[in-house]
Amino acid sequence: MKILVLLRQVPDLVEDLEVDDSGKALDVSEIKFKLNEYDEHALEEAILLKERGEADEVVALTQEGEGSEKVLYTALAKGATLAKSIAISGEASDSAQFAKLMAEAAKAEGGDMIMVGVQSVDDRDGQLAPIVAASLDMPCISAVTGVKVSGNTASIFKEYSGGIMAEFEADLPAVIGIQAAEQPPRYAPVSKIKQIQDSAEIGSLSASSSNGASSIEVLALAPPPKGEGAKMLDSGKDLLDVLKDLGVA
Amino acid sequence: MANILVVTEHIKGNFEDISFEMLGLARELAGATGGTCSALVFGAMKSNASQLGAADVVLAADAGDEYNPEEYSAIVESVIKDKSPDLVLIGSTSMGVDIAGQVGTTLNLPIISYCNAIEASGSAFKCTSQLYGGKLNSQVQVSQQAIVMVLAGSADPETGKSGGSASLEDVSAGKGAGKVRFKTLIEPEASDVDITQSQVLVSIGRGVGSKDDIEAIEELAESLNADVSCSRPIVDAGWMSKSRQVGKSGLKVKPKVYLALGISGAPEHIEGMKSASTIIAVNTDPQAPIFDVAHYGIVGDLFDVTEELMDELD
Amino acid sequence: MSEHKYQDSVQLEQVIVDGMDISGHWNKMFVPRALTQFDISGLEQLRDIPGAESINNCYQCAKCVGSCPVEYVGSYGPRKIYRKLQIGTNLIEDDYLWLCTTCKNCVRVCPKEVNMGEIIPAAREKAVLGGFIPDEIQEMLQSVSEYGNPMGESARKRAKWTKPIKDSIKNLAKAEEGESVDVLWFVGDFYAYHGRGNDAALAMVNVFNRLGVDFGILGEAEKTDGDSQRLVGESGLFEDLANHNDALFEKFPHKDLVVNDPHAYNAIKKFYPGITGNTRNVTHYTQFLSSRLDELKALMTKSFDKKVTFHDPCYLGRHNDEYNAPRELINSIPGATFIEMPRHKEQSYCCGGGGGGMWLDGLVANYTSERLSTNRVREAVETGAEVLLVCCPYEVSRFEDAVKAVNAEGKLEVMDIVEVINACIPEG
Repeated sequence: MKILVLLRQVPDLVEDLEVDDSGKALDVSEIKFKLNEYDEHALEEAILLKERGEADEVVALTQEGEGSEKVLYTALAKGATLAKSIAISGEASDSAQFAKLMAEAAKAEGGDMIMVGVQSVDDRDGQLAPIVAASLDMPCISAVTGVKVSGNTASIFKEYSGGIMAEFEADLPAVIGIQAAEQPPRYAPVSKIKQIQDSAEIGSLSASSSNGASSIEVLALAPPPKGEGAKMLDSGKDLLDVLKDLGVA
Repeated sequence: MANILVVTEHIKGNFEDISFEMLGLARELAGATGGTCSALVFGAMKSNASQLGAADVVLAADAGDEYNPEEYSAIVESVIKDKSPDLVLIGSTSMGVDIAGQVGTTLNLPIISYCNAIEASGSAFKCTSQLYGGKLNSQVQVSQQAIVMVLAGSADPETGKSGGSASLEDVSAGKGAGKVRFKTLIEPEASDVDITQSQVLVSIGRGVGSKDDIEAIEELAESLNADVSCSRPIVDAGWMSKSRQVGKSGLKVKPKVYLALGISGAPEHIEGMKSASTIIAVNTDPQAPIFDVAHYGIVGDLFDVTEELMDELD
Repeated sequence: MSEHKYQDSVQLEQVIVDGMDISGHWNKMFVPRALTQFDISGLEQLRDIPGAESINNCYQCAKCVGSCPVEYVGSYGPRKIYRKLQIGTNLIEDDYLWLCTTCKNCVRVCPKEVNMGEIIPAAREKAVLGGFIPDEIQEMLQSVSEYGNPMGESARKRAKWTKPIKDSIKNLAKAEEGESVDVLWFVGDFYAYHGRGNDAALAMVNVFNRLGVDFGILGEAEKTDGDSQRLVGESGLFEDLANHNDALFEKFPHKDLVVNDPHAYNAIKKFYPGITGNTRNVTHYTQFLSSRLDELKALMTKSFDKKVTFHDPCYLGRHNDEYNAPRELINSIPGATFIEMPRHKEQSYCCGGGGGGMWLDGLVANYTSERLSTNRVREAVETGAEVLLVCCPYEVSRFEDAVKAVNAEGKLEVMDIVEVINACIPEG
């Protein structure tokens, strides 16, 4: 049983985000990127499956570029068995195209299960898991908070609103969009990462972009309209009106 | 003229609110462009079709009564092929994520995620998406058949319940390959409330004064369909359990509405609740830092405000 | 002899001590009783960890239990750790590993030199490598490794607090190598990011400026000192932080390196040299200011007519033997009446924030009846003081919460010493 985990770096929301001169895209010149938090959960779930003996291999994959080595060494320090960076020629113009490139790399690597974070802060043009699944003709279940593997099938626990969950059974190979791992993602001690850096090799894969133009035209990217601090109300009656507008009273 | 297809969602035989919200948006778009608005329902939900009052046509697909990502995606795919709607609205939800991505990829349709507003612009549509955790809004325009994933709370569910003719039409549709099988629904454990899942939280802080006073807050929470949470001093005092504590050493919550009563807003507390969509603060101190992060505020005694609210609610 | 369950005994045929034959029934030794036949594998595992060997010295006299601040509000003390080890507990996987605040009060009284200040971090290092980390600590470590501060705040916003006084402060973050200052001021996380810490930081800037000190800060380039990370067992991260900060100390020549956080003082003074090979002239701000006491007194002309008491930070007091500098400053506050709390100086109580305790409130709460800071604030209130003075940035928020918990709002205020000093200096 071999699990592929696709890891993405996304803009760190701790930073102030600014829009570039075009007024349509994020200014990435000064921004800090970090591993998508849902992807950390996907990696954790995959490692848990390996530790429980339900998986043999966990391969961490990420797009080659700034910070990619750190992402992969950290994944190895946490318990991934193999790490590979994906060299992408050309550029993915949106999250759907990016997903198709990831699918191409995943296909080249081959695996019984592909785990990814259910979403990221910038995947406006569709989420990674279902697009990878459709590209590879695999079944896909997203918003997953638990997986059990037995033979060639997996029990998958999907979360709905209000805390209700559904259990599905899926034939492998399948793509899973992880909402949350069964435990918080583990911490990789710095000394362990350093040790891995000295001993482990990072492999490589490649994928090439067809670079098809996106059929979505971006008009603007801007902070949402926002008032100055709290709007002050005079009474409980005003408050009730606000609550009614919000649909809770 | 725009024809809009809404993919409804249901759990345990009831439509989810997102279905009505999307239908409300679709109704408005269809009205503005002189088009039609149809709603796709699955399996036994056909018998509830009349609830979807804003739809001109309710398309009833023969399907399992319980959601199945593979089966429902296949159905949506064949209905889109068959009916060629201009725009397909799918929830930006647990179920919607499965369907939108798979159908969009198979049919090679653009997908616009996290959308909270759609307007018709000639033959095109302008959509606003909340990106980067709500820090930036992206506005895009699409002038071909597309899938739009709509965020919960984008419209009043009531708008989806009337205004159409709601005629019923059976559709035959694909079934999927059977690689995914629904097993069972699991209800949340009834032991204690998981405040990280709560949609509305009434949260209390030091301003409450004594344990006995919490009862009044619990009554308010009940009438708002909310859960009660608190800041650390309340837990320290032993008035509420640790599982209700919001903040750095407690839980991080993201409700739709966070009503902070008598909470001053120490950074340790704000860390745990700043992701709430709407924050309303009541505090006697006009300088309390909670007002910096709140969207609405009242300077005053929390019990006065609570009492006034209860009177109004009755 | 009657039948008795302890009757099994060993008796040597012949015993000769110092040439004297003392063979006989009086040297009979009972076979160890069942009561002392323990599974000591836990003890063996712990004492094998480099740094934790002294656990083996313990003869269970329990002096430490009486001195332990956690025991005071709960049921935990170093001897209880020993007892757990005796009955087979693996401390590495046990919550007890995380209750120690490394306050060092037990080390002060232990007749056998069992050094919990060394045992605990060594054992935690093993726990961290093995993945046995409390969630709260894990989150803190993640933040520090990602952003260089435990709050998870943007590293770029580390100097944001200087915005209102930009012109009266030299930020060296983007300065050329070799830019020199008399005082390099290591601001620290809480002064930089916490609202109440900001108040103290701004006060510190004003006091520096009024004393005419040529000083500079490291601004966005500074990272957390790492002492708390070391004490929760993340030695690799501590090493990185020490190297990072020390490179900045090297880059900007200075006479004094002033810190406001006793944990930073402890780390830079005692533990950075072992990693970087460099010794820095580091002083705590109370030491720096008390060395300028005459000038300071001349500036402090406004009266502060309040009864004050003072909490000794563990990492300035017991860890570094500095009890006088803060007291010299407090005694110079015009108009103030200084009342000591019963537990002060060497016997000072602990606020609970040290040794990672700052990030362990959730876990510690399961083993204590109240927070240590709450217990300390009760003591402060008892003295009749109106102001609880502190000189460790961890303490302001901890004690202010505690003041609320004991219903002492309006009765007891918590202030950093530098805030009071600044309040006594009239504008001019």
